[in-house]
Amino acid sequence: MKTCPKQGSLVALNDNDDKSSTRTKFALRFIRSLMEMKRRGHVSSSSSSSDNDNNHNNNNNISSAVAERSEKIKVAAYSSMAHAVGPRRAWARALIFKLRRRAKRQRVLMKMNRSKSLKKINNKKKLMKKKRAVDYNYQNDDVFSQTDRLRGLVPGGKAMDLCSLFEETAHFINCLATQVKVMKDIADQLSSK
Amino acid sequence: MSSRRSRSRQSGGARITDDQINDLVSKLNQLLPEIRDRRSDKVSAANVLQETCNYIRSLHREVDDLSERLSELLATTDTAQAAIIRSLLSQ
Repeated sequence: MKTCPKQGSLVALNDNDDKSSTRTKFALRFIRSLMEMKRRGHVSSSSSSSDNDNNHNNNNNISSAVAERSEKIKVAAYSSMAHAVGPRRAWARALIFKLRRRAKRQRVLMKMNRSKSLKKINNKKKLMKKKRAVDYNYQNDDVFSQTDRLRGLVPGGKAMDLCSLFEETAHFINCLATQVKVMKDIADQLSSK
Repeated sequence: MSSRRSRSRQSGGARITDDQINDLVSKLNQLLPEIRDRRSDKVSAANVLQETCNYIRSLHREVDDLSERLSELLATTDTAQAAIIRSLLSQ
């Protein structure tokens, strides 16, 4: 019978050194990709004064640009965290794989008619939202149904045995919390200027 | 790869004992702010798992919100990379 390793990851992830090095690695990667986005002009600084007259016309454009960029930032955040953790974690491997596949799919979509693809994405998003809402209300007491729900939430969770699932979950939660904390710190830093 | 997957799935499904589940769940328990703060002695495994799922969801939502906030901030502010890094690392 397969036994769960008693020592190891669940203990190790409480180790402060490990945590702070992941935090630093993530922060550096994430900031780098933020700045890269800005440099490449994904972020069109709307501060040039002559634009003011066109503001009404541009309002729609600007808000959709903000939405598009926030999607990119989100992907950059998850990707930075997965890479900061590295391939020794199953959830990080699964997440990197997932993001790559997604990027590939999006490149294909970009080749198609742009308005058509946008409509499709929006429909898909609506569907996903519906699904999420249903899932959220699903509160069963059964341990196994909760475990199945967890499998869907942890990257790569569907292929894990129970021991790994719980260990990866613990590590994943820690990293996600770190990610949120760092993103918050950066946002605070930017808005304090 | 696929054979490894199916094997590990089998071993995960039926053979793990209740004790092992409780052991692992109690470790997960320590990571959850809500339950940890409540500090009640008896929290069911299903409860911990449910709380874990909700916590992950809430973290994802926070990432969504922060991405949006950063997207807006990035357009309006002009900050040097070095300044952000310095302030982050000094914390």
